[in-house]
Amino acid sequence: MKIVIIKYNAGNIRSVTFALERLGEEAIITDDARLIRQADRVIFPGVGEASSAMRYLREKGLDEVLRNLDQPVLGICLGLQLMCKYSQESNTHCLGIFPATVGRFNHDLKIPHVGWNQLYNLKGPLFNGLDEGSFVYFVHSYYAELNNHTVAQSDYGHPFSAAIQYNNFIATQFHPERSGKTGEIILKNFLSL
Amino acid sequence: MLAKRIIPCLDIKNGRTVKGINFENITDVGDPVEMGRLYAEQGADELVYLDITATHEKRKTLPALVRRIAKNLNIPFTVGGGVSQVEDAEVLLENGADKLSINSAAIRHPEIITKLAQRYGSQFVVVAIDAYCKNENWEVYINGGRKPTGRELFSWAKEAEERGAGEILFTSMNHDGTKNGYAVSALKKMAEERGIPVIASGGAGKKEHFKTLFETTKTEAALAASIFHYGEIPVPGLKHYLANEGIMVRV
Repeated sequence: MKIVIIKYNAGNIRSVTFALERLGEEAIITDDARLIRQADRVIFPGVGEASSAMRYLREKGLDEVLRNLDQPVLGICLGLQLMCKYSQESNTHCLGIFPATVGRFNHDLKIPHVGWNQLYNLKGPLFNGLDEGSFVYFVHSYYAELNNHTVAQSDYGHPFSAAIQYNNFIATQFHPERSGKTGEIILKNFLSL
Repeated sequence: MLAKRIIPCLDIKNGRTVKGINFENITDVGDPVEMGRLYAEQGADELVYLDITATHEKRKTLPALVRRIAKNLNIPFTVGGGVSQVEDAEVLLENGADKLSINSAAIRHPEIITKLAQRYGSQFVVVAIDAYCKNENWEVYINGGRKPTGRELFSWAKEAEERGAGEILFTSMNHDGTKNGYAVSALKKMAEERGIPVIASGGAGKKEHFKTLFETTKTEAALAASIFHYGEIPVPGLKHYLANEGIMVRV
């Protein structure tokens, strides 16, 4: 299986590569549009800041490439937020794949939301074999609101989208590559879509 | 609901895991990668690796070790002890570290916190603070607890947050190695004052100490070393105990 991890100016993508290696899969990290279009699976990771990430994607023409992919695509963390239509972080217009907006947690709880939190209202193939209440690892200050395409929610002060799916596009706010055995099941489910 | 985190800390010297009792009397307890994997399987929520190698050799050895850890571990881990400038951080992150803990370097050059947070995001930056309490005044120490700085603990924690730290790892030197429990009153104050998560360190000796910590403070995570390394309190037993006591943990 040809797996591509999209390279852009966003933090730690090494851990995604290593997680795939543990599942016996090799991935290439690239910003080459041709290689991305040809891949069987595309992973869009990212930890970083929304506006500079979007600027980079636009400069490379990767925004259009991403929107037009028809193979399974998995966004992770900032990847999920960039797949929404708009983020409050630096007032950024994002890819608009999901009809959701991204806001900043605005309550008395600690920010960033760091640690293991539970998933509820699990829907769809990404969560095959997992129970309601499964724990996954989150690190984020911004979140996507609940919407018609939310396939898992979590709660931090209020409910938010922990995962979103629209057609071939799936994204998780949490880090499956750092979520122990639960995360491995989710990555395997993505690879077998 | 967000779970309270249990974090084994592995001190690394020359590529091996050691545990310092009161920052001295080091005993070798094993291979860092294997121990990390074992802890992950046992249900540890996160790991902290602290490189206490004194020589400059670690500039070469630590990135390779971090890479090995990242390849083998499926939970997050923090690396400390190898960062004195932004370039060090970059190398460790590129090799797969999830977070970096900075201690002495942050006191010497506080702007490093800001630089790292701007470049990689606050979530990468854990500011570790060692402090000693004398006459009800908490003073920050650096160089592995050997050098007093004159800085007051709570104001330094506040500055660290304002400069962009994503978490604070607070070790009470009065409690570290005593196994008499965490510095609960200081942790209560810090966790209430700060808007970022606080990790408690120093003093865990019994399961009850974790319960007291989580029931009486808003601390998000508890770190310990020897009680885990020597099998005195296995992680699974600790987590089941806390769950039975009504504390939210991942089991």
